[in-house]
Amino acid sequence: MILRRPVFWLILIFAALMAFIPFHANDVSMREDLILVALAVILASNLNLMIGYTGYVNFGHIVFYGLGGYVGLYLATVRNWNLVLAALAAGLVVSLFALALGMGILRLRGAYFALATIGVLLAVQSFVANFDPWGRSTGMYVDFSAYQRLGGARHALWMTYFLVIGVMALSMILSLGIKISKFGLGLFAIREDEDAAVVLGVNTTVFKAIIYSVSAFLPAVAGALMFYKNGMIDPSIAFEFMLSLEGIVMLMLGGKGTVVGAALGGGLYEKLRSYLLTSPKLSNFQLVIAGALLLLVVLFAPGGLIGWLYRLVPRARKVIE
Amino acid sequence: MSGILASMIDGLLIGSVYGLAAMGLSLIWGVMDVINLTHGSVIALGMFGMYILFAAFPVNAYFLLLPILAAGLLLGLVIYWISVHWVIGRSQLSSLLSTFAVNMMIIGIGTAIWSTSPYNVNFTLRGFTVGAYTFTGNHIAAATAAVIIALALELFLYRTRPGKAIRAVADNREAAELMGISSTMVLALAFAIGIALAASSGALVSTLFPFTILSGAGYQMKSFVVTVLAGLGKPLGALAAGVLLGLLEGAVTPFIAVSWIPLIEFGLFVVVLVAFPKGIFTRATA
Repeated sequence: MILRRPVFWLILIFAALMAFIPFHANDVSMREDLILVALAVILASNLNLMIGYTGYVNFGHIVFYGLGGYVGLYLATVRNWNLVLAALAAGLVVSLFALALGMGILRLRGAYFALATIGVLLAVQSFVANFDPWGRSTGMYVDFSAYQRLGGARHALWMTYFLVIGVMALSMILSLGIKISKFGLGLFAIREDEDAAVVLGVNTTVFKAIIYSVSAFLPAVAGALMFYKNGMIDPSIAFEFMLSLEGIVMLMLGGKGTVVGAALGGGLYEKLRSYLLTSPKLSNFQLVIAGALLLLVVLFAPGGLIGWLYRLVPRARKVIE
Repeated sequence: MSGILASMIDGLLIGSVYGLAAMGLSLIWGVMDVINLTHGSVIALGMFGMYILFAAFPVNAYFLLLPILAAGLLLGLVIYWISVHWVIGRSQLSSLLSTFAVNMMIIGIGTAIWSTSPYNVNFTLRGFTVGAYTFTGNHIAAATAAVIIALALELFLYRTRPGKAIRAVADNREAAELMGISSTMVLALAFAIGIALAASSGALVSTLFPFTILSGAGYQMKSFVVTVLAGLGKPLGALAAGVLLGLLEGAVTPFIAVSWIPLIEFGLFVVVLVAFPKGIFTRATA
């Protein structure tokens, strides 16, 4: 039972604090900081389902976030849907797209799959940049009146913030739920030895396609919310390859394959990045530092922060999953 | 009609440069099962290497390929020791991520030095004109240089002892070690050659088009497409597939907007990857 897991309650407390503190202090800049942290946690947690659980590197994970943003914004502004409904629909559409795509490209193993995901990202990006209903390369804007329907811009921004925090909590709970399920065990089997998993009766093709599709849902919902909040979207910000790659750095930093690790890495990396970007001396070297960090983790601590904690305190395994 | 022909000839010339870039990727991939994600940034470094050298020594830019190849070999050894040596034998994920980390560092340093604004190498060779179409000397010279380097690599791999050692290690590393080949030396050498090829292709591209520090990424993707088309560890196959890709680009350019080309290329890439995982030159075996 998921309710018996201490981590489940930790996630809820963490999310509640994140929602409550900036609201109570009415601190808008803190809210803007925290929403980026929440986004990082969402991306890293869902990426973890592929890289950490199943052992398949997805370089183009951001494609789900960007497509979700496009579908959500299209439904919310052009079709005048309710924001929550539009975001859910975006998640659903993108998941189905991922399922269909996954059935094809998940026949590839290991590095070949990783390369295909780069191809998918670039192909989708160039498709959207040529797609008329979505404004081609100039993208789409949210009309200011759209915020009025949610009770004014101020109210709308707080609402999207709470929704994004909710998506973050759901991402972590989803990771935990999959980890302790039989389905999760199947995924771990694929990660450890795919041929052996097949022999033991795991339907690897279906498992992989499902997890690929599941890992698309919440990032797409988050994309719809974030781009609605930002008020605009265009192909270069929606499908930013860098963000896709930083997701991998976050995950490796925190510890792939663990629920808390993905979130921890996401939060820490986002904090580090905002520090680097605002510091006058280091702002040019954000990439260099991120790269060096990733290299050190890959070479010397493949388990990330949580792996290091496990080695230090073996009993931590029982509590921090 | 002759317009398409001219466009295809141009594509063929550029395609041989794509082929050269892909040879570097293909060699490393085939020999040590490492997908070198520093490829794109090294191509970009080759471009800037040419820019710097040409600014310092304004001679025929194609002579400057030699120092760039030499610098590429050295850089390759450095990158090998930093990122690849420690993860040989670990899962492919490790080398994918470690080379990627080095890629981020190179791009980061490059952006800090040159920003992301475009540069170009101001060097033109006289071309010749057929009817309404002019073939620039740079395109012809770059294609010739690419073919010469490709042939030199082929000779090296098949006619020299170190080259044969590389092929032996690619075939079966353990057996090669039992025959007294030091696989570490061979892997480092193969990686260095792969990087030198990438750098030289970047240098050739810099004489054709303007470039930024981020330009390498596009050529890296083209190299993946070409490598996957050709199958692994076939240097001349990569050259042929590169030419094929160039021809394809040349053939479709007159008909559709340029902005659609990435979609066609990457779509083709994913389809070929799924349908012919061993390359189109290899017959599928069950």
